[in-house]
Amino acid sequence: MSKPVFEIEKLNAWFGERHVLKDITLKIEAQQVTAIIGPSGCGKSTFIRCLNRLHEVVPGARVSGTVLLDGTDINGPTVDPVSIRQRVGMVFQKPNPFPTMSVYDNVGAGLRLNGMRRRAVLDERVEKALKQSVLWDEVKDVLHKSGGSLSGGQQQRLCIARALAVEPEVLLLDEPCSALDPIATARIEELLLDLKKAYTIVIVTHNMQQAARVSDVTGFFLLGELIEFGETKQIFTNPKDRRTEDYITGRFG
Amino acid sequence: MTPALSLPRKLTNAFMLSLTGVCTALVLGVLFFILGYIAYHGISALDWDFFTKLPKPVGEKGGGMANAIVGTVKLLGLASLIGVPIGFFGGVYLSEYGRKNTLGFLIRYAADLLNGIPSIVMGIFAYTIVVLPMKHFSTLAGGVALGVMMIPIAVRSTEEFLKLVPASIREAALALGLAEWKVISFVVIPTALRGIVTGVMLDLARVAGETAPLLFTAFSNRFWSRGWLEPTASLPVMIYTYAIAPYEDWHRQAWAAGLVLLILVLGANLLSRLILHRQLKG
Repeated sequence: MSKPVFEIEKLNAWFGERHVLKDITLKIEAQQVTAIIGPSGCGKSTFIRCLNRLHEVVPGARVSGTVLLDGTDINGPTVDPVSIRQRVGMVFQKPNPFPTMSVYDNVGAGLRLNGMRRRAVLDERVEKALKQSVLWDEVKDVLHKSGGSLSGGQQQRLCIARALAVEPEVLLLDEPCSALDPIATARIEELLLDLKKAYTIVIVTHNMQQAARVSDVTGFFLLGELIEFGETKQIFTNPKDRRTEDYITGRFG
Repeated sequence: MTPALSLPRKLTNAFMLSLTGVCTALVLGVLFFILGYIAYHGISALDWDFFTKLPKPVGEKGGGMANAIVGTVKLLGLASLIGVPIGFFGGVYLSEYGRKNTLGFLIRYAADLLNGIPSIVMGIFAYTIVVLPMKHFSTLAGGVALGVMMIPIAVRSTEEFLKLVPASIREAALALGLAEWKVISFVVIPTALRGIVTGVMLDLARVAGETAPLLFTAFSNRFWSRGWLEPTASLPVMIYTYAIAPYEDWHRQAWAAGLVLLILVLGANLLSRLILHRQLKG
């Protein structure tokens, strides 16, 4: 059994005085899809934003506890958040391609703006990322067109390609399909099942069926606490905690 | 079955709609009237001489305003050199680093105060710091006066357009592992650039017509102004001088100057939009 990618121990998070995450402890294993589910406001988005140090960008936000990425605490005093974010990529709920850049420039942004200038290498990495997010065939002839000219589902795959081009170790997805139609959603779910062979994936979703379809491991959050964490199959067929069962069966949330 | 719209409501609707139509017509009407009036009076005076010849001695007919046109261009150029960088970087600071801190508050307050200072007082300011030490009027002094006047608007409009860039764009850039200064320089500012340039162009248009500060900084010049340290003619000051003079010929030329100033400003506006449009497409 290989070492877990993320080892999170007693993670707490605040927005000013508001205590939004309480003593979260869990491990995220490599080459797996970990789903985070729970009702609105339970802290799931805040949780994954602690994994790439995006939480601290909000004024007044802070964390405590340890988040080990491959053994090193990402919140350590000498750790540069920029380097963490290059290893832990993120895709957001609403597709957000850079509006002034073409498809090609969008995908290559993480590389180009960090100093990669060699055209041949950029071409190769952009093509690879677009192929990985199953968008290459649709955009290969229109790479110069604005990123915003694509459909919603295509834009989201563009954002996934943009995140993958940087070749991170982990890909975080914050409700990536909630702004998309069912067909686009299905394509992205298919994509995730394929990507997990090479990447470690953490996906936040408010859609339980999606979690059941896509993930290997699921964590159920409620009011800032991790209620239950285990194999997806077990969580959905035989939950150990009463609250998990109530949420799964739709009694609330 | 939905009930039909009652008569009182229909009448109110129609009345209010007509009212908005009337207001729109009034505003557009005033604009086109002014433009039309200037064009009508100005075109008759526009000829090749106007653009190429220097003013003739007082009382003589003919001549042109070539030196005033060049003077205005030089003044606006210098003003931009002063006003745009300060305004731009000030706006970047306010939007990206100073949204809620004390320094940000002070800068905003100072900019708003600066904006409210009467233009003639700006002229006195430039007179004191440039003209007096140099002991003569100059293009430099005029440029400084106009440049300082440009700063507050450039700061606030840059700030506003940067704030319009959605947080989601910034987050996406940060999430890629880009340092904050790169996010600002290569993602946020380019996204807001169209608006920022528009703001600067409008700012330029505002100072292009300022006459009072030029009266005792750039002063005026019946001949070509060499370099930056001699007094220079400028379109607004020429309009002022010619319009209140008793010569019919000068009145004609003042209209022409007004038209040229208008065209200069509109032209600069269109040009900037064209450039941006190309930038976004390519």
